[in-house]
Amino acid sequence: MTASIADKQAALIARFNAIPSWEDRYREIIRMGRDLPAFPEEHRLDKNKVKGCQSQVWMHARPESGRVHYEADSDAAIVKGLISLVLEVYSGHTFDEIIATPATFVDGLGLGQHLSQSRANGLSAMLKQVKLYALAFKAMANKQPL
Amino acid sequence: METFDIERVRAEFPMLGHSSRGYPLVFLDSAATSLKPRVVIEAESDFYAREYGTVRRGIYGLSQAATSRYEGVREKVRAFLNARETSEIVFTRGTTEAINLVANSLGRTILKAGDQVLVTAMEHHANIVSWQLVCKAVGATLSVLPIDDSGQLVMSELDRLLSPRVKIVALAHMSNVLGTVNPVAVVAARAHAVGAKVLVDGAQSAAHMPVDVQALGCDFFVCSSHKMCGPSGVGVLYGRREVLESMPPWQGGGDMIVTVTFEETTFEAPPYRFEAGTPPIAQVMGFGAALDFLEQLGRPALAAHERMLTEYATGVLQEVPGLRIFGSAPGKGGIIAFVIDGMSPYDIGTLLDEQGIAVRVGHHCAQPLMKRLGVASTVRASFGVYSTRAEVDVLVEGLHKVRGILS
Repeated sequence: MTASIADKQAALIARFNAIPSWEDRYREIIRMGRDLPAFPEEHRLDKNKVKGCQSQVWMHARPESGRVHYEADSDAAIVKGLISLVLEVYSGHTFDEIIATPATFVDGLGLGQHLSQSRANGLSAMLKQVKLYALAFKAMANKQPL
Repeated sequence: METFDIERVRAEFPMLGHSSRGYPLVFLDSAATSLKPRVVIEAESDFYAREYGTVRRGIYGLSQAATSRYEGVREKVRAFLNARETSEIVFTRGTTEAINLVANSLGRTILKAGDQVLVTAMEHHANIVSWQLVCKAVGATLSVLPIDDSGQLVMSELDRLLSPRVKIVALAHMSNVLGTVNPVAVVAARAHAVGAKVLVDGAQSAAHMPVDVQALGCDFFVCSSHKMCGPSGVGVLYGRREVLESMPPWQGGGDMIVTVTFEETTFEAPPYRFEAGTPPIAQVMGFGAALDFLEQLGRPALAAHERMLTEYATGVLQEVPGLRIFGSAPGKGGIIAFVIDGMSPYDIGTLLDEQGIAVRVGHHCAQPLMKRLGVASTVRASFGVYSTRAEVDVLVEGLHKVRGILS
């Protein structure tokens, strides 16, 4: 059984707090961004752009057996790293768990004010989009005839 | 060569004593807004604490004293811009409002279907969108004077674009991205020859070089206090008296009228015709102190200091591998926009911020210019009276660190 969203967030916070310098925390974030699976080009569309980000962010999601699988990309390395954090935490979880679990990891990463002020880098817009997908898929699932 | 005692100048700016993320603040975003000297902060707070009164409305002494000081600042602005008369100086909320005022008052009066407003390829959105809105409303069109690869206006195109159909020419004095100082006097003379009115966006130039609106020959010159070491919330519209007098009011309200009945209102003469409602009084007081501050430093000295910094920064930045600067016009102002190949400006700005270095990242409200330059965004470092070579060195070191993290 996979770890819960809450467990994953706690693990991320512990991992980042063990990195002593801000430079290395950014290096780790950027490395995680590089490891993100390639974003499918057919989804690189304006309608998949997450609004409210200073850099360009695309996000796409699909439901599968009551869970949401996300894919996302950015043209900025740091933002791409933040995306990988968001996806590591939320992707593959059930509609209900995604909807019910707030993102607590952002403030705990020790990434300085800039990244914690999530409006500036679009992190809050991304997190909102993650929840919107889960809500939409849940609504669609509930409407479907048995 | 230092043209004035930079350490003494810096000691006047309380924000420069602050640290950012444990580093001393390196503020390289003066093109967005300038830091404030103590005299400006005190002028505003002293007015609130000891001299507060409304203007042009009170029988009591406080109001009369405030009115007299408020009008005194109008005279300071006149002298600062070398306008002929104080009645040519209108206080606005800023550059953007000043452009909108002219677009809506003059624009809606003189523009007819088929007419044109000529702007340049390097304009800030404020000097594009304000005109676009009026053009759409009256059926006029916007035409664009192109720039070359060095970031200068293609002046040979000007005569082709100018015709009697062009009623207004609106251009930046100094580009907020490229730093280019445009040959405004030449453009104004040629525009006047076809009967067009000329508005100069002085947001970037007003605090950084001597400005003489009579020598420029423009009909309008607009600028913002907050980019001139003054408070936010106040700006200036200079308008040639004959032109201002021909213009109807834009916003209606208190203090801009002579008589009001429900059938008819008669309006004040300029500048009051264009100052509806209670103005930003305390901000105007602070603005007056800012103008005194800049005059005491001396704008030629200040311009020389910033030119020295720009030349120095251009040289050392170009040694950063992969770094490309946009705008290489001779005599450009203290604004350096750049990209580093293979790195997102967002990443560069974020990692500079971690080192206490404040730069601007983005399209700088000039999306058409970004398109012309072939980039989505840039990093921009810009200087003020308080900027130093040492800060440029910190920026360069910071960029080396950024490269180390991102590559």
